[in-house]
Amino acid sequence: MTARQKRLMYIIAGLVGLSMAVGLVLYALKSNVSLYFTPTQVFNKEAPQGRSFRIGGLVEAGSVVRDQGGLSVRFRITDTQKSLTVVYKGILPDLFKEGKGVVAQGKMEADGMMHADEVLAKHDENYMPPEAADAIKRAEAAKAAASGVPVAK
Amino acid sequence: MAINWFKYSAPSTFYGLAGKLIPWFALPAAVLFVIGLYIGFFIAPTDAVQGEAYRIIFIHVPASILSMFLYLIMAGYAALGLIFNTRLSSMMASAIAPTGALFAFISLWTGALWGKPMWGAWWVWDARLTSELILLFLYFGFISLHASIDDPRRADRAAALLAVVGSVNVPIIYFSVKWWNTLHQGSTIKFTGTSMHVAMQQAMFITLVACWLYAIAVALTRVRSIILERERHTKWVADLAEVKA
Repeated sequence: MTARQKRLMYIIAGLVGLSMAVGLVLYALKSNVSLYFTPTQVFNKEAPQGRSFRIGGLVEAGSVVRDQGGLSVRFRITDTQKSLTVVYKGILPDLFKEGKGVVAQGKMEADGMMHADEVLAKHDENYMPPEAADAIKRAEAAKAAASGVPVAK
Repeated sequence: MAINWFKYSAPSTFYGLAGKLIPWFALPAAVLFVIGLYIGFFIAPTDAVQGEAYRIIFIHVPASILSMFLYLIMAGYAALGLIFNTRLSSMMASAIAPTGALFAFISLWTGALWGKPMWGAWWVWDARLTSELILLFLYFGFISLHASIDDPRRADRAAALLAVVGSVNVPIIYFSVKWWNTLHQGSTIKFTGTSMHVAMQQAMFITLVACWLYAIAVALTRVRSIILERERHTKWVADLAEVKA
Protein backbone atom coordinates (compact mmCIF):
# COMPACT_ATOMS: atom_id res chain seq x y z
CA MET A 1 0.00 0.00 0.00
CA THR A 2 1.40 3.37 -0.94
CA ALA A 3 1.45 6.25 1.50
CA ARG A 4 -1.27 7.92 -0.56
CA GLN A 5 -3.63 4.95 -0.34
CA LYS A 6 -2.91 4.71 3.38
CA ARG A 7 -3.93 8.34 3.90
CA LEU A 8 -7.12 7.73 1.90
CA MET A 9 -7.92 4.70 4.06
CA TYR A 10 -7.30 6.67 7.27
CA ILE A 11 -9.63 9.43 6.14
CA ILE A 12 -12.40 7.05 5.03
CA ALA A 13 -12.11 4.98 8.21
CA GLY A 14 -12.12 8.13 10.32
CA LEU A 15 -15.19 9.50 8.57
CA VAL A 16 -17.10 6.22 8.87
CA GLY A 17 -16.24 5.94 12.56
CA LEU A 18 -17.15 9.54 13.23
CA SER A 19 -20.45 9.29 11.34
CA MET A 20 -21.37 6.23 13.36
CA ALA A 21 -20.50 7.97 16.62
CA VAL A 22 -22.50 11.07 15.69
CA GLY A 23 -25.38 8.89 14.49
CA LEU A 24 -25.50 7.01 17.79
CA VAL A 25 -25.33 10.23 19.82
CA LEU A 26 -28.16 11.77 17.82
CA TYR A 27 -30.19 8.58 18.10
CA ALA A 28 -29.73 8.58 21.86
CA LEU A 29 -30.74 12.24 22.03
CA LYS A 30 -33.71 11.77 19.69
CA SER A 31 -36.34 13.07 22.12
CA ASN A 32 -34.14 15.98 23.23
CA VAL A 33 -33.33 17.13 19.71
CA SER A 34 -36.99 17.35 18.73
CA LEU A 35 -38.39 20.81 19.25
CA TYR A 36 -41.77 19.75 20.58
CA PHE A 37 -43.92 16.92 21.88
CA THR A 38 -47.12 15.81 20.19
CA PRO A 39 -50.41 15.70 22.17
CA THR A 40 -50.29 11.87 22.07
CA GLN A 41 -46.86 11.94 23.70
CA VAL A 42 -48.24 14.25 26.40
CA PHE A 43 -51.10 11.86 27.09
CA ASN A 44 -48.64 8.96 27.27
CA LYS A 45 -46.70 10.96 29.90
CA GLU A 46 -43.61 11.15 27.68
CA ALA A 47 -43.49 14.93 28.09
CA PRO A 48 -41.73 16.44 31.12
CA GLN A 49 -43.94 16.87 34.17
CA GLY A 50 -44.04 20.08 36.18
CA ARG A 51 -41.79 22.12 33.94
CA SER A 52 -42.04 24.08 30.74
CA PHE A 53 -41.94 22.25 27.39
CA ARG A 54 -43.20 22.72 23.84
CA ILE A 55 -46.17 21.04 22.28
CA GLY A 56 -46.81 20.98 18.56
CA GLY A 57 -49.58 19.98 16.20
CA LEU A 58 -52.46 21.49 14.31
CA VAL A 59 -54.89 24.08 15.64
CA GLU A 60 -58.15 22.14 15.88
CA ALA A 61 -60.75 23.58 13.51
CA GLY A 62 -63.41 25.60 15.34
CA SER A 63 -61.61 25.46 18.68
CA VAL A 64 -60.20 29.01 18.81
CA VAL A 65 -61.99 31.15 21.40
CA ARG A 66 -60.84 34.74 21.85
CA ASP A 67 -61.48 36.63 25.06
CA GLN A 68 -63.79 39.59 24.48
CA GLY A 69 -61.79 42.81 24.87
CA GLY A 70 -58.59 41.04 25.91
CA LEU A 71 -55.59 39.35 24.39
CA SER A 72 -56.35 35.96 25.89
CA VAL A 73 -57.04 33.15 23.49
CA ARG A 74 -57.87 29.52 24.03
CA PHE A 75 -57.52 26.79 21.42
CA ARG A 76 -56.95 23.08 21.09
CA ILE A 77 -53.82 21.53 19.60
CA THR A 78 -54.39 18.20 17.91
CA ASP A 79 -52.28 15.56 16.19
CA THR A 80 -55.55 14.05 14.85
CA GLN A 81 -55.32 11.34 17.57
CA LYS A 82 -55.45 13.34 20.80
CA SER A 83 -55.99 17.00 21.49
CA LEU A 84 -55.09 19.35 24.28
CA THR A 85 -56.31 22.80 25.33
CA VAL A 86 -53.86 25.69 25.33
CA VAL A 87 -54.46 29.03 27.04
CA TYR A 88 -52.35 31.95 25.83
CA LYS A 89 -52.25 35.64 26.48
CA GLY A 90 -50.45 37.66 23.85
CA ILE A 91 -50.20 38.43 20.16
CA LEU A 92 -50.46 35.46 17.84
CA PRO A 93 -48.16 35.21 14.79
CA ASP A 94 -49.53 35.99 11.31
CA LEU A 95 -49.63 32.37 10.22
CA PHE A 96 -51.69 31.24 13.21
CA LYS A 97 -54.84 29.72 11.74
CA GLU A 98 -57.32 26.94 12.41
CA GLY A 99 -56.19 23.72 10.77
CA LYS A 100 -52.58 24.95 10.48
CA GLY A 101 -49.42 23.95 12.33
CA VAL A 102 -48.59 25.53 15.68
CA VAL A 103 -46.01 25.11 18.44
CA ALA A 104 -46.78 26.37 21.95
CA GLN A 105 -44.41 26.55 24.89
CA GLY A 106 -45.68 26.44 28.44
CA LYS A 107 -46.49 24.33 31.46
CA MET A 108 -49.29 21.85 32.05
CA GLU A 109 -51.34 23.11 34.98
CA ALA A 110 -53.63 21.25 37.38
CA ASP A 111 -56.64 22.20 35.25
CA GLY A 112 -55.31 19.93 32.50
CA MET A 113 -54.62 22.84 30.19
CA MET A 114 -51.31 24.15 28.94
CA HIS A 115 -50.69 27.74 30.01
CA ALA A 116 -48.47 28.93 27.18
CA ASP A 117 -46.09 31.86 27.31
CA GLU A 118 -45.08 31.55 23.65
CA VAL A 119 -47.03 30.48 20.58
CA LEU A 120 -45.22 29.97 17.26
CA ALA A 121 -46.83 29.22 13.91
CA LYS A 122 -45.41 26.37 11.85
CA HIS A 123 -45.53 26.70 8.10
CA ASP A 124 -45.83 23.72 5.77
CA GLU A 125 -43.73 23.15 2.65
CA ASN A 126 -46.46 24.11 0.16
CA TYR A 127 -46.27 27.34 -1.80
CA MET A 128 -49.17 28.33 -4.04
CA PRO A 129 -51.05 31.41 -5.18
CA PRO A 130 -54.42 32.17 -3.48
CA GLU A 131 -56.40 31.04 -6.55
CA ALA A 132 -54.83 27.59 -6.44
CA ALA A 133 -55.50 27.34 -2.69
CA ASP A 134 -59.16 28.25 -3.32
CA ALA A 135 -59.43 25.63 -6.06
CA ILE A 136 -58.09 22.95 -3.72
CA LYS A 137 -60.55 23.99 -1.01
CA ARG A 138 -63.46 23.85 -3.46
CA ALA A 139 -62.39 20.42 -4.68
CA GLU A 140 -62.15 19.15 -1.10
CA ALA A 141 -65.56 20.59 -0.25
CA ALA A 142 -67.07 18.95 -3.32
CA LYS A 143 -65.51 15.62 -2.39
CA ALA A 144 -66.73 15.95 1.19
CA ALA A 145 -70.24 16.84 0.04
CA ALA A 146 -70.24 13.75 -2.18
CA SER A 147 -69.17 11.45 0.68
CA GLY A 148 -71.34 13.21 3.29
CA VAL A 149 -68.52 14.03 5.74
CA PRO A 150 -68.15 17.68 6.81
CA VAL A 151 -64.77 19.19 5.98
CA ALA A 152 -62.64 21.46 8.12
CA LYS A 153 -62.56 25.06 7.01
CA MET B 1 -9.83 16.20 -27.50
CA ALA B 2 -8.03 14.95 -24.44
CA ILE B 3 -7.39 17.49 -21.73
CA ASN B 4 -4.32 17.02 -19.62
CA TRP B 5 -5.90 17.55 -16.22
CA PHE B 6 -2.62 17.24 -14.38
CA LYS B 7 -1.29 20.19 -16.28
CA TYR B 8 -3.97 22.38 -14.66
CA SER B 9 -3.38 21.01 -11.18
CA ALA B 10 -0.21 23.09 -11.08
CA PRO B 11 -0.89 26.53 -9.56
CA SER B 12 1.21 28.25 -12.26
CA THR B 13 -0.98 26.99 -15.14
CA PHE B 14 -4.25 27.17 -13.22
CA TYR B 15 -3.62 30.83 -12.43
CA GLY B 16 -3.97 31.76 -16.10
CA LEU B 17 -6.87 29.37 -16.75
CA ALA B 18 -8.83 30.74 -13.76
CA GLY B 19 -8.27 34.29 -15.01
CA LYS B 20 -9.77 33.35 -18.39
CA LEU B 21 -12.73 31.51 -16.82
CA ILE B 22 -13.85 34.18 -14.34
CA PRO B 23 -15.80 36.44 -16.78
CA TRP B 24 -17.66 33.38 -18.13
CA PHE B 25 -19.11 32.81 -14.67
CA ALA B 26 -19.33 36.39 -13.37
CA LEU B 27 -21.33 37.88 -16.25
CA PRO B 28 -24.02 35.15 -16.47
CA ALA B 29 -24.29 35.29 -12.67
CA ALA B 30 -25.12 39.00 -12.77
CA VAL B 31 -27.61 38.59 -15.63
CA LEU B 32 -29.34 35.59 -14.02
CA PHE B 33 -29.60 37.39 -10.66
CA VAL B 34 -31.47 40.22 -12.34
CA ILE B 35 -33.76 37.86 -14.30
CA GLY B 36 -34.38 35.57 -11.32
CA LEU B 37 -35.15 38.38 -8.91
CA TYR B 38 -37.35 40.10 -11.50
CA ILE B 39 -39.45 36.96 -11.96
CA GLY B 40 -39.40 36.42 -8.21
CA PHE B 41 -40.57 39.88 -7.24
CA PHE B 42 -42.80 40.92 -10.16
CA ILE B 43 -44.08 37.80 -11.94
CA ALA B 44 -44.36 35.07 -9.31
CA PRO B 45 -47.78 35.19 -7.59
CA THR B 46 -48.41 35.99 -3.94
CA ASP B 47 -48.48 32.98 -1.64
CA ALA B 48 -51.91 31.97 -0.32
CA VAL B 49 -50.78 31.69 3.30
CA GLN B 50 -47.67 33.82 3.75
CA GLY B 51 -48.54 36.73 1.48
CA GLU B 52 -45.54 38.62 0.13
CA ALA B 53 -43.15 37.52 2.87
CA TYR B 54 -42.59 34.17 1.16
CA ARG B 55 -40.44 35.97 -1.45
CA ILE B 56 -37.55 35.51 0.95
CA ILE B 57 -37.14 32.04 -0.58
CA PHE B 58 -35.57 33.48 -3.73
CA ILE B 59 -32.56 34.36 -1.62
CA HIS B 60 -32.91 32.15 1.44
CA VAL B 61 -33.20 28.79 -0.34
CA PRO B 62 -30.31 29.24 -2.82
CA ALA B 63 -28.12 30.57 0.00
CA SER B 64 -28.90 27.55 2.19
CA ILE B 65 -28.32 25.07 -0.63
CA LEU B 66 -25.03 26.74 -1.55
CA SER B 67 -23.84 26.89 2.06
CA MET B 68 -24.20 23.11 2.31
CA PHE B 69 -22.88 22.21 -1.16
CA LEU B 70 -19.91 24.55 -0.86
CA TYR B 71 -19.00 22.91 2.42
CA LEU B 72 -18.98 19.48 0.78
CA ILE B 73 -16.90 20.80 -2.14
CA MET B 74 -14.52 22.53 0.27
CA ALA B 75 -14.18 19.33 2.32
CA GLY B 76 -13.65 17.39 -0.92
CA TYR B 77 -10.82 19.67 -2.00
CA ALA B 78 -9.38 19.55 1.51
CA ALA B 79 -9.44 15.73 1.43
CA LEU B 80 -7.76 15.72 -2.00
CA GLY B 81 -5.07 17.98 -0.56
CA LEU B 82 -4.59 15.61 2.38
CA ILE B 83 -4.45 12.47 0.27
CA PHE B 84 -2.52 13.60 -2.81
CA ASN B 85 -0.56 16.44 -1.23
CA THR B 86 -1.59 18.73 -4.07
CA ARG B 87 -1.12 22.39 -3.31
CA LEU B 88 -3.86 23.63 -5.59
CA SER B 89 -6.67 21.62 -3.96
CA SER B 90 -5.78 23.03 -0.54
CA MET B 91 -5.77 26.50 -2.05
CA MET B 92 -9.21 25.86 -3.57
CA ALA B 93 -10.52 24.77 -0.17
CA SER B 94 -9.27 28.02 1.37
CA ALA B 95 -10.75 29.99 -1.52
CA ILE B 96 -14.22 28.48 -1.10
CA ALA B 97 -14.49 28.87 2.69
CA PRO B 98 -15.34 32.61 2.92
CA THR B 99 -18.04 32.31 0.23
CA GLY B 100 -19.56 29.32 2.02
CA ALA B 101 -19.55 31.24 5.29
CA LEU B 102 -21.20 34.19 3.56
CA PHE B 103 -24.01 31.99 2.23
CA ALA B 104 -24.50 30.30 5.60
CA PHE B 105 -24.78 33.74 7.19
CA ILE B 106 -27.25 34.98 4.54
CA SER B 107 -29.32 31.85 5.06
CA LEU B 108 -29.52 32.38 8.84
CA TRP B 109 -30.06 36.11 8.55
CA THR B 110 -32.86 36.04 5.95
CA GLY B 111 -34.42 33.14 7.84
CA ALA B 112 -34.53 35.22 11.01
CA LEU B 113 -36.10 38.16 9.16
CA TRP B 114 -38.78 35.82 7.81
CA GLY B 115 -39.21 33.95 11.07
CA LYS B 116 -40.25 36.96 13.13
CA PRO B 117 -43.43 37.81 11.19
CA MET B 118 -44.26 34.22 10.16
CA TRP B 119 -43.41 32.03 13.12
CA GLY B 120 -43.44 34.77 15.73
CA ALA B 121 -39.76 34.34 16.69
CA TRP B 122 -36.42 35.49 15.29
CA TRP B 123 -34.68 32.36 16.40
CA VAL B 124 -35.70 28.95 17.68
CA TRP B 125 -33.27 26.26 18.80
CA ASP B 126 -34.70 23.64 16.51
CA ALA B 127 -32.54 21.03 14.80
CA ARG B 128 -32.48 22.69 11.35
CA LEU B 129 -31.52 26.15 12.60
CA THR B 130 -28.99 24.88 15.13
CA SER B 131 -27.21 22.60 12.66
CA GLU B 132 -27.01 25.43 10.10
CA LEU B 133 -25.50 27.66 12.81
CA ILE B 134 -22.94 24.92 13.50
CA LEU B 135 -22.13 24.94 9.78
CA LEU B 136 -21.38 28.66 9.96
CA PHE B 137 -19.11 28.03 12.97
CA LEU B 138 -17.36 25.23 11.06
CA TYR B 139 -16.58 27.67 8.27
CA PHE B 140 -15.28 30.18 10.83
CA GLY B 141 -13.26 27.41 12.47
CA PHE B 142 -11.73 26.38 9.14
CA ILE B 143 -10.79 29.96 8.26
CA SER B 144 -9.35 30.84 11.66
CA LEU B 145 -7.50 27.54 12.10
CA HIS B 146 -5.89 28.06 8.71
CA ALA B 147 -4.97 31.63 9.60
CA SER B 148 -3.51 30.70 12.98
CA ILE B 149 -0.76 28.44 11.60
CA ASP B 150 2.14 30.24 9.94
CA ASP B 151 3.44 27.44 7.71
CA PRO B 152 0.86 27.27 4.87
CA ARG B 153 1.33 23.53 4.21
CA ARG B 154 0.81 22.66 7.89
CA ALA B 155 -2.14 25.05 7.99
CA ASP B 156 -3.60 23.26 4.94
CA ARG B 157 -3.39 19.88 6.64
CA ALA B 158 -4.82 20.97 10.00
CA ALA B 159 -7.71 22.90 8.43
CA ALA B 160 -8.38 20.06 5.97
CA LEU B 161 -8.85 17.64 8.83
CA LEU B 162 -11.39 19.99 10.43
CA ALA B 163 -13.22 20.38 7.10
CA VAL B 164 -13.42 16.63 6.51
CA VAL B 165 -14.62 15.91 10.05
CA GLY B 166 -17.19 18.70 9.86
CA SER B 167 -18.73 17.31 6.67
CA VAL B 168 -20.70 14.92 8.90
CA ASN B 169 -22.84 17.94 9.78
CA VAL B 170 -24.15 18.48 6.22
CA PRO B 171 -26.45 15.43 6.01
CA ILE B 172 -27.65 16.28 9.51
CA ILE B 173 -28.77 19.72 8.29
CA TYR B 174 -30.49 18.25 5.26
CA PHE B 175 -32.35 15.47 7.05
CA SER B 176 -33.00 17.37 10.31
CA VAL B 177 -36.53 18.32 9.25
CA LYS B 178 -37.26 14.67 8.53
CA TRP B 179 -35.67 13.02 11.54
CA TRP B 180 -36.98 15.30 14.26
CA ASN B 181 -39.90 17.59 15.02
CA THR B 182 -38.70 21.00 13.94
CA LEU B 183 -40.35 24.38 13.57
CA HIS B 184 -38.67 24.73 10.18
CA GLN B 185 -40.88 23.28 7.46
CA GLY B 186 -39.96 20.20 5.49
CA SER B 187 -38.22 20.26 2.11
CA THR B 188 -40.29 21.79 -0.67
CA ILE B 189 -37.99 20.47 -3.38
CA LYS B 190 -37.83 16.72 -3.00
CA PHE B 191 -36.48 13.96 -5.16
CA THR B 192 -40.08 12.91 -5.74
CA GLY B 193 -41.32 16.30 -6.93
CA THR B 194 -42.02 19.81 -5.81
CA SER B 195 -44.96 21.30 -3.94
CA MET B 196 -44.65 24.76 -5.40
CA HIS B 197 -46.18 26.96 -8.07
CA VAL B 198 -44.31 26.97 -11.44
CA ALA B 199 -43.32 30.68 -11.61
CA MET B 200 -42.03 30.49 -8.02
CA GLN B 201 -40.02 27.40 -8.95
CA GLN B 202 -38.51 29.06 -12.01
CA ALA B 203 -37.46 32.18 -10.12
CA MET B 204 -35.90 30.07 -7.39
CA PHE B 205 -34.11 27.87 -9.89
CA ILE B 206 -32.68 30.87 -11.76
CA THR B 207 -31.42 32.57 -8.58
CA LEU B 208 -29.95 29.22 -7.51
CA VAL B 209 -27.97 28.96 -10.77
CA ALA B 210 -26.92 32.60 -10.37
CA CYS B 211 -25.64 31.87 -6.86
CA TRP B 212 -23.67 28.89 -8.17
CA LEU B 213 -22.04 30.96 -10.92
CA TYR B 214 -21.30 33.76 -8.46
CA ALA B 215 -19.72 31.31 -6.02
CA ILE B 216 -17.51 29.81 -8.75
CA ALA B 217 -16.43 33.23 -10.03
CA VAL B 218 -15.59 34.47 -6.54
CA ALA B 219 -13.76 31.26 -5.60
CA LEU B 220 -11.65 31.48 -8.77
CA THR B 221 -10.85 35.13 -8.11
CA ARG B 222 -9.85 34.32 -4.57
CA VAL B 223 -7.75 31.31 -5.53
CA ARG B 224 -5.78 33.53 -7.94
CA SER B 225 -4.88 35.84 -5.06
CA ILE B 226 -3.96 32.88 -2.88
CA ILE B 227 -1.74 31.44 -5.64
CA LEU B 228 0.03 34.78 -6.08
CA GLU B 229 0.53 35.16 -2.35
CA ARG B 230 1.87 31.67 -1.79
CA GLU B 231 4.04 31.52 -4.90
CA ARG B 232 5.35 35.07 -4.63
CA HIS B 233 8.96 33.89 -4.42
CA THR B 234 8.81 31.88 -7.63
CA LYS B 235 10.12 32.95 -10.99
CA TRP B 236 6.83 32.52 -12.90
CA VAL B 237 5.08 34.99 -10.60
CA ALA B 238 7.89 37.50 -11.03
CA ASP B 239 7.57 37.07 -14.82
CA LEU B 240 3.80 37.82 -14.86
CA ALA B 241 2.91 40.94 -16.81
CA GLU B 242 0.61 42.24 -14.02
CA VAL B 243 3.33 41.70 -11.39
CA LYS B 244 6.00 43.46 -13.43
CA ALA B 245 3.70 46.42 -13.98
